[in-house]
Amino acid sequence: MSDKLIEVKNLRKVFGENEVLTGITTDIKRGEVVVIIGPSGSGKSTFLRSLNLLETPTAGTILFEGVNITDPKTDIDLHRQKMGMVFQHFNLFPHKTILENITLAPVVLKKMTKEEAKKKAEELLERVGLLDKADAYPEQLSGGQKQRIAIVRSLAMDPDVMLFDEPTSALDPEMVGEVLELMKQLAHDGMTMAVVTHEMGFAKEVATRVVFMDEGQIKEQGKPEEFFEHPKDVRLKEFLSKIL
Amino acid sequence: MADFSAKFYANFIKDDRWLGLVTGLKVTIIVTIEALLLGVLIGFIIAIIRSYHDKTGKFKILNAVSRFYLTVIRGTPTMIQILIMYLVVFGSSSLDSIIIGGIAFGINSGAYVAEIIRSGIMSVPEGQTEAGRSLGLSYSQTMWLIIVPQAFKNVLPALVNEMIVLIKETAIIGYIGEQDLTKAAMIIQSRTFDAFMPLLAAAVIYLALVMLLTFFMNKLERRLRTNER
Repeated sequence: MSDKLIEVKNLRKVFGENEVLTGITTDIKRGEVVVIIGPSGSGKSTFLRSLNLLETPTAGTILFEGVNITDPKTDIDLHRQKMGMVFQHFNLFPHKTILENITLAPVVLKKMTKEEAKKKAEELLERVGLLDKADAYPEQLSGGQKQRIAIVRSLAMDPDVMLFDEPTSALDPEMVGEVLELMKQLAHDGMTMAVVTHEMGFAKEVATRVVFMDEGQIKEQGKPEEFFEHPKDVRLKEFLSKIL
Repeated sequence: MADFSAKFYANFIKDDRWLGLVTGLKVTIIVTIEALLLGVLIGFIIAIIRSYHDKTGKFKILNAVSRFYLTVIRGTPTMIQILIMYLVVFGSSSLDSIIIGGIAFGINSGAYVAEIIRSGIMSVPEGQTEAGRSLGLSYSQTMWLIIVPQAFKNVLPALVNEMIVLIKETAIIGYIGEQDLTKAAMIIQSRTFDAFMPLLAAAVIYLALVMLLTFFMNKLERRLRTNER
């Protein structure tokens, strides 16, 4: 089996007159932690959201585990089960308890029985230190807790890759740490991850590869040391000087 | 006072006239329930078609049919609709007018319910759909398990409002020969030549019905709300 989990070929996305992605070709290998950075409007979120087809690409192909998921004949729901996604605004289900939030998809999609899903959810909650919140509703949690639950909800499906779309951008500063800590643990456990973020500390410390996007393209990518110490692209230099 | 009790006797007690009001109330309730069930069913289907079309651009023909239905039903008087239903559509049918009335009111109410439910679906943030779909749930699973429960909660007050309107609107079923509460009051009036007593009685009963409904719906609403915060 190929070690390439996701292969993106010449991905383009056009919104009306606006070409947001102008042809992206890259891949994500198993175990990689790819951190995607770039100025706002650079297309990084659109790129990430294209990977599980929350955005339908205008052109290009995406292979996930060797299957062309951009082919309309592919059952995308089946593949999405293997691609966890964490959103900026958590998107927990407000009408369900924390436990129900986590067990809903595995049970409905018949990956587990109710009992198995509950057991798994409790294990995961224990791991993130939120077992006591199992019967609470999302509204009763802090932002950091919500985001950790959102991560757990994705993990309950046993995904092969986790996509993070600015997971700490909506958090109060004092809560960013707990979410990044959990993501670090995941990376440490070998989870394949693609992370759009502004947290450069996280990129330096955890990423196996950093990708700089600008104007709908990948302008530069590389290992974090090299990437941050010796940036080549002019726009990247400019970007880094502004935020570091 | 003696005058009042004499009138009360003549309008309600004599010849068991109150029984007419009871039978009328039954008709009102039956027609309302028929219309409510049909209305919610139609409304729900239309709302789903319209939302699905808005989101994906599919269902073009069904969406056009839905919009035509909404325009016509909301643009013409209920009275005309019920008369057309009775005299034209079921003109040669022997179907009971209590059924015909239920169908006519149901089709009418469905148009309003459809827009209420659609606004409810639109009130649920897009992120909820994305969260559901990203977990691998299908469109309909996401709709049923995540969007509709939240939408329902958001539009419950508007739905109750529509139910109240519906209860009172059934008063015109008398025009197609059904003896509902209003018609029963008018029948008493035609016997006793006293309009005030029977109409007041009918009004009080409608009011009680609406208050009862509101009471239970408030309870339901509170129960649904306790889930959050």
